[in-house]
Amino acid sequence: MTIAVARDVDQAPATPLIEVRGLVKHFYAPGGRIVHAVEDVDLTIGRGRIVGLVGESGSGKTTVGRTLLRLIEPTGGRMSFDGTDVFALSAREMRQWRRRMQIIFQDPFSSLNPRLTIRAIIAEALDTRGYAKGRARLDRTVELLELVGLSADHASRYPHEFSGGQRQRIGIARALAVEPDFIVADEPVSALDVSIQAQVLNLMEDLRRRLGLTMLFISHDLSVIAYACDEIVVMYLGRVMERGSSRDVRIAPLHPYSQALIAAAPVPDPSRRRVHVPLGGDIPSPIAPPSGCVFRTRCPKALPACAETVPPLTDVGQGRFVACLRVGAGGVSL
Amino acid sequence: MAATSTSMDAERGILAGLLRRPPAVAGLVVLVVIVALAIFASQVMPYPPGQLSIRSRLQGPSLLHLFGTDEFGRDVLSRTIHAGRISLAVGGTVVVVSALIGVTLGLFAGYFRRLDPPLSRLIDAMMAFPDILLAIALVAALGPSAVNVVLALGIVYAPRVARVVRASTLVIRELAYVEAARALGVPTPVILVRHVLRNLASPVMVQGSFIFANAILAEAGLSFLGVGVSPDIPTWGTMIAMGRQFMDQAGWIMWFPGVAIILSVMSLQLLGDALRDLLDPRLSRTT
Ligand SMILES: Nc1ncnc2c1ncn2[C@@H]1O[C@H](COP(=O)(O)OP(=O)(O)OP(=O)(O)O)[C@@H](O)[C@H]1O
Ligand SMILES: [Mg+2]
Repeated sequence: MTIAVARDVDQAPATPLIEVRGLVKHFYAPGGRIVHAVEDVDLTIGRGRIVGLVGESGSGKTTVGRTLLRLIEPTGGRMSFDGTDVFALSAREMRQWRRRMQIIFQDPFSSLNPRLTIRAIIAEALDTRGYAKGRARLDRTVELLELVGLSADHASRYPHEFSGGQRQRIGIARALAVEPDFIVADEPVSALDVSIQAQVLNLMEDLRRRLGLTMLFISHDLSVIAYACDEIVVMYLGRVMERGSSRDVRIAPLHPYSQALIAAAPVPDPSRRRVHVPLGGDIPSPIAPPSGCVFRTRCPKALPACAETVPPLTDVGQGRFVACLRVGAGGVSL
Repeated sequence: MAATSTSMDAERGILAGLLRRPPAVAGLVVLVVIVALAIFASQVMPYPPGQLSIRSRLQGPSLLHLFGTDEFGRDVLSRTIHAGRISLAVGGTVVVVSALIGVTLGLFAGYFRRLDPPLSRLIDAMMAFPDILLAIALVAALGPSAVNVVLALGIVYAPRVARVVRASTLVIRELAYVEAARALGVPTPVILVRHVLRNLASPVMVQGSFIFANAILAEAGLSFLGVGVSPDIPTWGTMIAMGRQFMDQAGWIMWFPGVAIILSVMSLQLLGDALRDLLDPRLSRTT
């Protein structure tokens, strides 16, 4: 908690590293139907900050991460990265650009090629940084392995010789090898044993502080997000429901969906005044999202008006934004 | 644990796994013997395969000629061993040719969404023809020669390789390590070779053993029908084709090469079946 407060004080009013406006991603399902995976998402990530993206399975978190890195092409929207319009780069320019952004995957088992040694996996990343084969590259490989808590003699082994947590560390080393400014961490610990999760989270926190990384941290687990992030963006069915500082959203969620998520989070926190909101049913299909507010079909506080218009993400002051008809200026529930 | 992570372990344990399966062991033993006979043919043949002896023509199996002699008095055992070299060489080359064509087709169809519909249609169209008919048509078009038989059979079997390679590529393409490589800006040809191709070895190996078996059989079939390699080149197929005329009086001329075909085809099939079971991640979980 003290760390989180210190961060807020340190925050410089410089231009954010990443500004995403109106991001849209549609997939095409068989029969010409459109999957509305991401609709009109805005994101702002300041330098050296970690923004958490949270939401149920299927809310479009991974899709946001992948489109930001242009691993899949966005359907619409703009993204400015350090002043450059990334979505407008040509395929060739993009290849050069890639080393500035990296991704850490959820599944530590499919994220490493089983045929390559750890050395070869790291070498592939170092290649893009122009490290020629030889001494320097070897030294750098060892340096990276040590940075993530592994050692030089791990380099000649194959991925199957490692545990999930170790593999995740290797994935982190690979991402760091290109010295990126920005990392998307897509549920980096949710596939790991709970006992290992904390270790990997600590490692990431440590690296962030030492390397000044900027991160988009994706998770469906609010307790993980709360621990790791400065700011939280709550997503539901492709849209942003609420956005604010980690502390605010955790302690006093304004959107009924955030309230439900927090109520469901497993972390016991006696200081928190729990707002119990039962969240029944499943997330609707993104092929036919509800009209108006996408959350209204499961919202305990829905009004007839919620079906009419998509509530805009509204600034309610103190850096908080909420997309709910019932939340007015100052965060007052109407 | 994801299936992909087991592929290295699986391959390490392949030999051990095969040795635990009696049919595979039988196949392996027979195959090793056949291949060894082909490799050391000149040392093990009791007579030069072309040595004529009019006096001892069409003799049944005896101590002197274990497999008997043919219409020119040549030793059938020596000829069967010698022919094995060519039959196996044809089969092996067909595997290589079909793998080259099939892997390329399958890789492109599986990795590039745009290329998939036309390539898949081509693959399906080729698979729609009966193998032997397509082979006959191709040999007829190319002209009968050993090289063209290999080429024709290579083309005939390529779609089988292409189909399994495409299916595996569709899966591998979506794996996180391929996405990681793309995120690093690794050029697509490098991704195809380093990340996709290298993880395709197992399915290609399984198909390869089946194709080997089929190619030996098909080569014999083509030779028997007179559209295979030239009758002067001794293969198991040409031996059977030539021996047919003496089927009633000297059946051994075609029996023994026939037995050689059956043994090699069966051993390859047994091996292929065992490999497929071993390398199938869904099955290997339970064994
Ligand atoms: N390649 C694709 N083709 C079609 N639909 C897709 C594709 N990728 C994702 N989707 C759909 O888009 C929606 C959002 O998926 P996404 O993976 O981004 O969700 P998520 O929030 O990351 O969920 P999870 O917590 O399960 O990872 C889902 O309904 C999913 O089925
Ligand atoms: Mg996801």
